[in-house]
Amino acid sequence: MSSGSEKLIVKDLHVAVEGKEILRGVDLEIGRGEIHALMGPNGSGKSTLGYAIMGHPSYEVTSGSIELIEADGTRRNIVELEPDERARLGLFLAFQRPMAIPGVRVADLLRHAVSNVRNPLRKEGQELIGMREFRQELRAKMSELQMDSEFARRYVNDGFSGGEMKRAEILQLAMLRPRFAVLDETDSGLDADAVRLASQSIAKIGGADMGILVITHHEQLLEHNIPLRTHVMLGGRIVESAGPELAAELHKLGYDRIRATYPDAAANEAAMSSGNRAEVTAAT
Amino acid sequence: MSTVIAPAAFDQTALESLCALDPPWVADRRRAAFERFQSLSLPDRSDENWMRTELRLFKRSAWGPSVQPGPEAVEHEGILARNTKSFSENFLSPEAELSEPMRLAGQIVTLNGHLRRSRCDQLVASRGVLFGTPEQVMAVAGESMIRPHWFNAIDSGADMFAAMHAAFHRGGAIVFIPDGVRLEQPLHLLSCLTEGGTDLGHVLVVLGKGAEATVITETAGGGPAGSGPGGLHCGGIELIVGENASLRMVNIQNWNTGVWHFARQKAKVHSGGKLQWTLAALGSRLSQVAQDVALVGVGAHAQVNGVMFTEGRQQLIYNTLQHHEAASCISDLLYKGALQDRSRLVWRGMIKVDKSAQKTNGYQRSDTLMLSEHARGDSIPGLEIEADDVRCTHGATSGRVDREQIFYAQCRGLSADEAARLVVAGFFQQVFDRITIAPVREALAEAISERIRRIQ
Repeated sequence: MSSGSEKLIVKDLHVAVEGKEILRGVDLEIGRGEIHALMGPNGSGKSTLGYAIMGHPSYEVTSGSIELIEADGTRRNIVELEPDERARLGLFLAFQRPMAIPGVRVADLLRHAVSNVRNPLRKEGQELIGMREFRQELRAKMSELQMDSEFARRYVNDGFSGGEMKRAEILQLAMLRPRFAVLDETDSGLDADAVRLASQSIAKIGGADMGILVITHHEQLLEHNIPLRTHVMLGGRIVESAGPELAAELHKLGYDRIRATYPDAAANEAAMSSGNRAEVTAAT
Repeated sequence: MSTVIAPAAFDQTALESLCALDPPWVADRRRAAFERFQSLSLPDRSDENWMRTELRLFKRSAWGPSVQPGPEAVEHEGILARNTKSFSENFLSPEAELSEPMRLAGQIVTLNGHLRRSRCDQLVASRGVLFGTPEQVMAVAGESMIRPHWFNAIDSGADMFAAMHAAFHRGGAIVFIPDGVRLEQPLHLLSCLTEGGTDLGHVLVVLGKGAEATVITETAGGGPAGSGPGGLHCGGIELIVGENASLRMVNIQNWNTGVWHFARQKAKVHSGGKLQWTLAALGSRLSQVAQDVALVGVGAHAQVNGVMFTEGRQQLIYNTLQHHEAASCISDLLYKGALQDRSRLVWRGMIKVDKSAQKTNGYQRSDTLMLSEHARGDSIPGLEIEADDVRCTHGATSGRVDREQIFYAQCRGLSADEAARLVVAGFFQQVFDRITIAPVREALAEAISERIRRIQ
């Protein structure tokens, strides 16, 4: 079976939060086994795309589609699905700022997650993956990621440092082995060594089986994950897509050329950020 | 229903029929309490302890002592009794799958305060442990053993319900552990009600010097919320922890949601003694509980745990007191309550430190988690300190289940319901971590998990 023909296709996606349009027609196609980088200035809508792909209830898809294409050609628009149904179809989001769930151990969350994702028809109350098998696998994955096994006993993201949160996200990625993953700034908050380790880990976990959208401001995470395409988002749209040289350019020179080349998107960006300012003013 | 008992009244006739079965000194105390009972009316909102309690629908005249239920009357299982199946779905304790069903050193089952059955491990009894209903124990133990403790800790004149209990108590248990005897396995008292029944059980636990025991009381049955008769519990618990003794006490209140529950409970912990006291409440239509811990000897230690889950229109009110009467004692209270639907939970806590109780370390905290917009939780901590060299802290939090937490867990493949149960389980984890009796922890975790519906 070739996994190469499995695709995640985002088409003319418009997304609003509390009635305010954030994404204004995003098009993106990721094949399973491909790595794509998504860059763009703060507030351009990168995280919104990740949330929309997973189905966050506050992110309303006003038009467009998110389709999952199976190896046999079956197409399925997932926009109406619950986030857990999407996870069970093999989608994953590594959160930029993952939520703490005090009192719930990393291992407990993961055991339920693994049970559901590997057995998508599992209903609550049905048997979980066997404890022994699960523990073995978890231990092995943690040692590959150079994580202390005590980590699994800690409460999910509760009191974690920025780096620990990101490593916990990577651990979940490794255990759940999704078909398509959005990694939202998985490098932020990590020092250079940790980013290198993260980059290597992701490369090892991903391989040919995973389609990955890496949202990042830096090149370093891409060191071991050479993107097939680099996309630039501005004002809620992907305005330019190119090879890895684009990431290098943006990293060196910033977004001035992009803004100059796409004045419409830059105008949207300005409107969105002034909207943000207005909200802040209203709140204070 | 055939199990409905037409109540007699709480009157002189009922009193004398109980006195007829008692040793004379017990009967005398009943009669004194009865006088007090007759002089008191229902507590009203001018009393600080009762100002948040809705008693308008409680009709005193509708209730009386239950007569012996017929053989066809239904005993209830209690949530611990089911604790033989696997807990694979249990979020709270990953090791739960490995745990064995609990073995008991003894068990008493009552229905409407009347004994149904009791047993006590022969080996345990041979070490001088007394365990039975008050009637059973008083028949074999000398007056001098029981009398100094019987209705000594709790104030039987505190209010009408305290006096009702002191006058009309029946059933419950006496546990007496001699000096130096350490029980490994728990003793279990299961008090059941028929629909419309009354239970006025009294529990007295006395641990001698250096003794160790675990005692679990559990309630079950009575009628559901609605127009039916429900049930009435008006109980009392007295715990005496001797010097260097160690008691783990668990009270699981799991009545059906039509039952009125009034309880006055007090522990006295002597020098070097340790008490771990866990209150768990899932049931009743209304609960009014006074839970007092008195640290009466130097270096006594009390840990108090509360686990409450309310739903429907349940109303649970707790007044707790950590009274430091001696120096160098530690008290540590943690209550956690999750509220669903239109239920209400009130906790009013007080740490009182006497002048002589220097080097006191007192802590109290109550956390509530709202699962519905219509639920209401009140946490009112208080300190009253007369000594000058003490460390006392308190805290209270109130929160809601965060939608972002649910979304996060959903992104990992958990359904919204599963995620909600996970978050609530996590909320209770801190207090479950303190309950050192695994089967109790597991039974509570499962009972709570079953009750959680989708969080909107």
